[in-house]
Amino acid sequence: MARYLASRLLLAIPTVLAVLTLVFFVVRVIPGDPATAALGDYASQEAVEALRERMGLNEPIIVQYFNFLADLLRGDLGTSMITGKEISELVRQVLPYTLELTFTSIIVGTLLGVPIGIFSAQRANTTADYIGRVLSLAGLSVPAFYLGILIMLLFAVKIPIFPAVGGGDLTDWKSNLSHLALPALTLGLIMTASVTRLTRSAMLNVLRDDYVRTARAKGLSERVVTLRHALRAALVPIVSIIGIWAASLVADSVLTETVFARPGLGKMLVGSIMQRDYTALQSVMVIYALFVVGINLITDVIYSIVDPRITH
Amino acid sequence: MSDNIDPGKIDKLDLGIDSQVLEPLDVPAIRIRSQRKRLWQTFIRNRPAILGLFLMLIVLFTAIFADDWFIAIFQGRDPQPLLAPYDPLLQDPTNRLAPPSREHWMGLDSYGRDQMSRIIYGSRVSLLVGVAAVLIGGISGALMGLTGGYQGGKTENFLMRATDVLMAFPSLIMGLMVLAVLGGGLFNMILAIGIVLAPTFARVAHGSTLTVKENEYVEAARSIGSGNFRIARVHVLPNITSELIVLASIWIATAIRVEANLSFIGLGVSPPTPAWGSMIRDGTKYLFDAPWVSFFPGMAILITVLAFNLLGDGLRDVFDPKLQH
Repeated sequence: MARYLASRLLLAIPTVLAVLTLVFFVVRVIPGDPATAALGDYASQEAVEALRERMGLNEPIIVQYFNFLADLLRGDLGTSMITGKEISELVRQVLPYTLELTFTSIIVGTLLGVPIGIFSAQRANTTADYIGRVLSLAGLSVPAFYLGILIMLLFAVKIPIFPAVGGGDLTDWKSNLSHLALPALTLGLIMTASVTRLTRSAMLNVLRDDYVRTARAKGLSERVVTLRHALRAALVPIVSIIGIWAASLVADSVLTETVFARPGLGKMLVGSIMQRDYTALQSVMVIYALFVVGINLITDVIYSIVDPRITH
Repeated sequence: MSDNIDPGKIDKLDLGIDSQVLEPLDVPAIRIRSQRKRLWQTFIRNRPAILGLFLMLIVLFTAIFADDWFIAIFQGRDPQPLLAPYDPLLQDPTNRLAPPSREHWMGLDSYGRDQMSRIIYGSRVSLLVGVAAVLIGGISGALMGLTGGYQGGKTENFLMRATDVLMAFPSLIMGLMVLAVLGGGLFNMILAIGIVLAPTFARVAHGSTLTVKENEYVEAARSIGSGNFRIARVHVLPNITSELIVLASIWIATAIRVEANLSFIGLGVSPPTPAWGSMIRDGTKYLFDAPWVSFFPGMAILITVLAFNLLGDGLRDVFDPKLQH
């Protein structure tokens, strides 16, 4: 296990490097000159040239690439081309909001999705199963921003129990949680739909297997059969979908943060695209990517725990 | 329906599933239903799947017959609206944001354009993007995962790390990146979402292949000298198909949603081409005063996505022999 973990960690290094390289070159092939974008279309040629020099854009691309990596290693994300502020400082301010939103949503999605999926599979083709399936289908069919708007209309306007917009004060847990509730519910419900479907599907596959029948024939209770025998085997695809969703939630937070006017990485990303702030865009994409590499690593480790054969 | 079978040909039939339906031998001729017919019967007995198919056909019908392009193309003129009551680009500035009425069943948008006509035309973009992107992403991703999981070693490492790199970018961000480089437009949107979806299929196919290939029957096949390609095709692929199909159904829905998301952010198919995502985006500005502008395109997405999910569920039951009996 320790060896698997170590090899997996070592393998993550080239992945991270590949991701950083991809971000670097993608940002550079985006049409348009960053210096012109920063100064506006009416800036003089001299001013644009001076800014290009200051930003290091006149260096050969390979030098720019190694400068980029060296800066990242030092934790220097550069300064925003639009506001002139330190990007690492901006990120430090908004990252906690995105992290708490993502993790709360994963918890909501898993805690609701797995039990509902098991419940549905055990009662396959009954009314309860049918209701569960319809609800999960409804959850899958609603775009995140649309569900966000509907939830906001319901719980902030019609029944005003939670604030509609903003991120709250991070130092005041009451304000923080009340602002977190609706966005986390939105993303959590969307994840629940997918986790429910896959859990049901995976459980249906294993509940018909011979060893499950054997476990029942031994006289084990249905609870033990389901949770200890069937669920264990069904966990690989379930872990897989939770891992996939964890990554997807980070992106969906872009939309939720926009709808709920909540500070966060997503809002920063949309802002940097709209303002053509290339340095900010590059940094935010790097952070997103590192975040997801981490999630994938955790997913693989959980894989190997639920199915020891996978560690080879 | 049953076919009379020459007993001499029985050894040529696949008895894997159908051995269950063999009649006792004292019957004059052994009757075996063809496997395809059985699959079809399983499918048509599944009511939700039929509903899904029906809804999907309606959306498809709407997309095809929104205008009379198939006549116009021969007459060398511009297509005229056929199913759509009005031209989707026709503006009525005096009636901006008019509520649903007898003339305009779904009201007018902020430019005074007929919402229903725009939704009917918009089905083309959503359907095309959804299906084409999943085809591109699904086929390439499943091949990557299957090859990696089955081959193991360096191939597996390379392919899975490649998917790691692609998956390191959440779907929306990856979509944004690809569109930023390629530029907007329908084809680029399809390609972008296809690239976004491929790693997901690869990972699930990989995970399932790892589990399936540990099974005794794969070992047995290898011990009788079956080649890698044959084992992957005959033993591993059929066993991971149901999971891939469930995923495909979810991801056609997701592709339509990613398209809606990109349009919501303002990076979708360029206006004034009607697309459901950008229609919702326009509507959010007037959500409190004119909720129908967002509501109806949202419902269109919901129905289309629901159709693919129901259909996918039905197909899963059909393709999973364990559920047939």
